[in-house]
Amino acid sequence: MATEFIESVSKPAVPIIDLVVSEEDRVAIAKRHRRRRASIAIRYVFLTFLAAIILFPIYITIVNSLLTPLQIAARPPFFFPTKPTWGAYSDAWNAGHMSLYLMNSVIVTVLIVTGQIVTATCAAYAFAFLEFPLKRTLFIIFLATLMVPFEVTVITNLTTVVNLGWYNSYAGLAAPFMATGFGAFLLRQAFLGVPRDLRDAAALDGYGHWRFMVRVAVPLARPAMAALAVFSFLGAWNQYLWPLIVTKDSRYRTLQIGLRQLRATSLDQVNVTFAGVVIAALPLIILLVIFQKQLVRGLTAGAVKG
Amino acid sequence: MARVVLDHVTKRYGDVVAVNDLSLEIRDREFLVLLGPSGCGKSTALRMIAGLEDLSGGQIAIGDRVVNDVEPKDRDIAMVFQSYALYPHMTVARNIEFPLRSRKVPENERGPLVEEAARALGLSDLLDRKPAQLSGGQRQRVALARAIVRKPSVFLMDEPLSNLDAKLRVQTRAELIELQRRLDATVVYVTHDQVEAMTMGHRIAIMSDGVLQQVGPPQDVYERPANLFVARFIGAPPMNTITGAISSEGGAHYLVTAGGAIALPSEISGAARNATGLEVVLGVRPEHVRILPHESETQFALEATVAVIESLGHERHVVCRLADEQMVIVRQTVETQRPVEGTAVRLSADPVGLHLFDAATGLRLDAPDPQSVGDGE
Ligand SMILES: Nc1ncnc2c1ncn2[C@@H]1O[C@H](COP(=O)(O)OP(=O)(O)O)[C@@H](O)[C@H]1O
Ligand SMILES: [Mg+2]
Repeated sequence: MATEFIESVSKPAVPIIDLVVSEEDRVAIAKRHRRRRASIAIRYVFLTFLAAIILFPIYITIVNSLLTPLQIAARPPFFFPTKPTWGAYSDAWNAGHMSLYLMNSVIVTVLIVTGQIVTATCAAYAFAFLEFPLKRTLFIIFLATLMVPFEVTVITNLTTVVNLGWYNSYAGLAAPFMATGFGAFLLRQAFLGVPRDLRDAAALDGYGHWRFMVRVAVPLARPAMAALAVFSFLGAWNQYLWPLIVTKDSRYRTLQIGLRQLRATSLDQVNVTFAGVVIAALPLIILLVIFQKQLVRGLTAGAVKG
Repeated sequence: MARVVLDHVTKRYGDVVAVNDLSLEIRDREFLVLLGPSGCGKSTALRMIAGLEDLSGGQIAIGDRVVNDVEPKDRDIAMVFQSYALYPHMTVARNIEFPLRSRKVPENERGPLVEEAARALGLSDLLDRKPAQLSGGQRQRVALARAIVRKPSVFLMDEPLSNLDAKLRVQTRAELIELQRRLDATVVYVTHDQVEAMTMGHRIAIMSDGVLQQVGPPQDVYERPANLFVARFIGAPPMNTITGAISSEGGAHYLVTAGGAIALPSEISGAARNATGLEVVLGVRPEHVRILPHESETQFALEATVAVIESLGHERHVVCRLADEQMVIVRQTVETQRPVEGTAVRLSADPVGLHLFDAATGLRLDAPDPQSVGDGE
């Protein structure tokens, strides 16, 4: 009796449950597994198809940048560079000034991303952790700016930038985008997820708001920070209208404008334009590969939290 | 000297009075338990001592210094939160070290202090873990280690055990008592669990609706509850209460209930005399009630029927129904003869175990004991 009891107790729990499964259940479970595997397979086929649709133009762009203009014009088209020529890249890089434009884009983007993260962090922290008059009203105004398309404010921004003497400068390119309601909103949500007790504990431990923000709130909001960084990077990198109107010479022109010029000046050399496009997209692609996880998490974070 | 003195402290949130005119002295090196049901203002009182909430009125002193306008960090206190409030992105070691970093303790002194605190709480092997990799009990210890690492003179604890399972709670209770003794520190401990209060506190301060009800050593509060709220809140199963009116006849006092008149023993006649004609509540703890055969003759007895018997192994609770449907719980040792459910019995009580309260005010009806009423001054 006693030993039986001890044996049954000392057996691991899972096999005991397993023993209870009858033969019919086994069949049913196996069937379910098969059905699930089939549905996963279908899903993969579908997703692969979608991926192909999205990747095809990118692939063609890369292929065309490696062909000669004659080959690009040929019918039927080339889907594979039989004799890749890299000349288009050096043409775009040197003659097309893509090196300068790339540098300008990097500078402007870094300014904008840094600016957005710093201002969004401070504003979001205030909305999440501080009490001040008109807090709600101010937050609603912040949110309202999300509804205003950039085009609406272009003229006002241009006037302001010109009056500040920032026309045709990095400051003029970056300043209007260094603070956004979206960033403040995104990070505020993340900061609201930081337990109040942590703030209280830190206050007792002698940490003021600034050090609490830097040492606790920001590290805990890292996923949202990364998402904001990626979004603002994409936005800044792909800008076209603003860099076009706020600069007057190629010294401060960014990649997207440069591409446009490349197309205008090398009409007979389509492959150079394609090479320029690849150069412009490369930093984005590298960044997306590195920050893939954060981007997805940033996109789904709002969905899960409701 | 690290006593904490609350002097007519009030806290209002809009129309809600969370803490109402609270005066209380916590003595140096005392383990004082602030006890009361959820929402009675315990946490608010504690947070005001910590400096996390401003006072709406009154004054708080820690040591010999009024701290109303002193920053939390300068109050020489540490707080343990119900949620533990550990920093999730830091290791155990960094969590414990955190209070030292802000206080500019030199780097080479921090290590030994962290190790010492960790050792005191049995955390030495866990220093490199993140809070998410710890059990509830371990997290709780980290919170305690973080509190003791900078050796404050006052510890504030807000329900630190309520997130632990029952078994761990009993064990940690004992460890906390030992810890307080070892640290020689003043502790203000908030809980809604009267067992924790009874077992841990040197004194208990009971609050209800923001108002302090009674302060005193656990035994005093148990034996001489100052009012009906305290009487009912402390003790499990709770004190039996029977409502009635006092009438006196020929020097003897009776409690007239819907089910009949009960002659009151001479031990509480002093209290009864002052209450003649008043609506009162007679209180008697379950362990002071005795079940007698129905035929027996006693001075003080109530007719009742045995309704339900609950056996707990080491004791049993006999629930009896009086003639007017009021219930009386009797606590018996297992050695006592087990009554039969459904039979008529008579209930008698140990005269020293009887308490009389004014039904209107809830206040205890006898000469108030100066030791257990007010703030114990
Ligand atoms: N920040 C606050 N704002 C408004 N009301 C509050 C706040 N904090 C506490 N209260 C109210 O004060 C009362 C006491 O709360 P609390 O001290 O947390 O009670 P306890 O800790 O005893 O459960 C409750 O009625 C609660 O709703
Ligand atoms: Mg509380």
